[in-house]
Amino acid sequence: MPTRTVTVGSASGLHARPAALFVAAAAAQPVPVTIRTADRRPVPAGSILSVLALGAKQGTEVTIEAEGEGAEAALEALAELLARDLDAEEPADA
Amino acid sequence: MPDQPPPAPAAPAESPVPVAPAGPVGSRVLRGIGVSPGTAAGPLLRVAGVPTLPDPAPVADPGAEGERAVAALATVVAELGRRADRAADATVAEVLRAQAMMADDPVLADAVRDAVGAGRDGPHAIDAAFATYREAFSAAGGYLAERVADLDDLRDRAVAVCLGRPMPGVPSPGHPYVLAARDLAPADTAELDPGQVVALVTEAGGPTSHTAILARALGLPAVVACAGLAELTEGTTVLVDGGTGTIEAGADEARLAEAAAAAGRDHAAGPGGAAAGTRAGADAPAGAGPGRTADGHAVALLANIGSVRDVSAAEEAEGVGLFRTELLFLGRTREPGLEEQVEAYRDVFAAMCGRRVVIRTLDAGADKPLPFLGQAEEPNPALGVRGLRIARRRPELLRTQLTAIARAAEATAADVWVMAPMVATPAEAAAFAEAVRAAGLPRAGVMVEVPAAALHARRLLREVDFLSIGTNDLSQYVFAADRQCGELAELLDPWQPALLQLVAGVAEAGRAAGKPVGVCGEAAADPLLAPILAGLGVTSLSMSARALPAVRAALAARPLAECERLAALALDADDAGHARRLALDADADPDPGTDAGPARSLAA
Repeated sequence: MPTRTVTVGSASGLHARPAALFVAAAAAQPVPVTIRTADRRPVPAGSILSVLALGAKQGTEVTIEAEGEGAEAALEALAELLARDLDAEEPADA
Repeated sequence: MPDQPPPAPAAPAESPVPVAPAGPVGSRVLRGIGVSPGTAAGPLLRVAGVPTLPDPAPVADPGAEGERAVAALATVVAELGRRADRAADATVAEVLRAQAMMADDPVLADAVRDAVGAGRDGPHAIDAAFATYREAFSAAGGYLAERVADLDDLRDRAVAVCLGRPMPGVPSPGHPYVLAARDLAPADTAELDPGQVVALVTEAGGPTSHTAILARALGLPAVVACAGLAELTEGTTVLVDGGTGTIEAGADEARLAEAAAAAGRDHAAGPGGAAAGTRAGADAPAGAGPGRTADGHAVALLANIGSVRDVSAAEEAEGVGLFRTELLFLGRTREPGLEEQVEAYRDVFAAMCGRRVVIRTLDAGADKPLPFLGQAEEPNPALGVRGLRIARRRPELLRTQLTAIARAAEATAADVWVMAPMVATPAEAAAFAEAVRAAGLPRAGVMVEVPAAALHARRLLREVDFLSIGTNDLSQYVFAADRQCGELAELLDPWQPALLQLVAGVAEAGRAAGKPVGVCGEAAADPLLAPILAGLGVTSLSMSARALPAVRAALAARPLAECERLAALALDADDAGHARRLALDADADPDPGTDAGPARSLAA
């Protein structure tokens, strides 16, 4: 199964705004994507409650997996999003 | 979180007892403390409480029950989305959308269906679905543990919908009403629609509580610390007088019309002319211009603001006496960057085009928590690491803020003064003044909120260029009375002679040093107290913009010598009530501040 392991880049971890952006992106993919931390069971990446409950901080390694047509491209896009510091990209008027 | 009024609290005997009826037979009058003048009438609606789960019920049709429960979640998502769309503040909107996203989580809907499949009814299924995540969040601690309150709020909303009850929180019936609560939390204010709420009444709270400050900011009549409120039936028509602190329940049409006419008469006496029903609060002759006593002694009239959005309302002010910078920092997971701060401050400085702007550096603490400060809970947040004390741990936060203020000031013509909150000692004042000057800013001052600072005002003035007295916090610390504690409201009354004595001492120190001393607490917005503050030697008064006309008129009605005479009377009084009575009795002129404002009556 296509898999990517990425280090979370956002300063606040996979919480708050970075988590919301990631979940929205995951839900928009054509294939179901799961996410997990080291030894825990995978959870749906399109579920904000499940993603928050991972408790991933900046520097935590997370693994995303998907299967089916478009899985590679989906993982590519999501891995790139996870690695960025989304907190540093907050809009000025937020 | 909304407050549920407790069942008939054991109240002090004097407050909830009906007094001599002012209205016809059948009506009763409750007394509290009037904290924002004006009269208004409407049906009383409470901040809806959190629903309690009924006993589990057998489910006949699990398929339909599951869909009913999932539909309740969808209703919550839709409601939060609507609120986010209406929210004026971008941060508030973002928080609401994040909450909607949680309620919209597909795993939650699945968990609800599973729980119904396992034999639970809708409300219990919703409760069980949230419980799983609640446990995980609270076990994780930190940021996630703080989100437990969000989950509980979502669950309560969904359970209420599923039970066919109103969602907890501030009602939005689509018509004018009087909002009642035990006390209003800052969170409730984001939900409050000033187009529907005509007055605020609370069982708890005091003159400096959030409810009072909010009411004045919105220009709504308000009565707080009214213990008898719990006994009133939802939907009863009440007539609220925020000047006298009375709530008349069950008043009939004739009485409402009479009150509306009385308010209208007072209103007509002033040349203002705003339409009744759209404007309330202290009714006073309109007119702009600088603050002056009748004999021309200048008292600068300034506005309190939180962001550039408040600037248009502050147009009549001579400047800004308190620019609170906390708004920019609230609800953020990390501090706003230098550029973002420069922009926010520059917007305000530019809008005030050449006038004075007193900007206060970040005032946060465990009582006003900011996530990025990562402060542990303190047993006594009001006495903990707050205001300037944050800079002990995070000096770079203050440096960045001062740099941003300096850059913003450079780009505009505003006369920028910078002050620090929660200063206790001359050494703290000196360190702050040095940091302000190092940033290239010419005017450094400190707030006087801590009694030690008031006692050492002379020494503080050797270090800084001006002082600004924050009477709300100063009351809290002088009287050892928590601002949130309604039972102690009378101790927090700005008319307390002991508080006025401290103000007098600070003003005297200012006179001796030839440096300005302002008042920026709610005391400055009281039109009867303003002349007394001027008489004590205060050189500027800063308040919510709506209070400016009444305060301006109150000053203009009296020569300085009269202000000084009133001040001496108030200082000599036995207590706050006595001080107020003495000032009222001594005041030969009709007082423009305590008259009822224009009616906001449904009967009008």
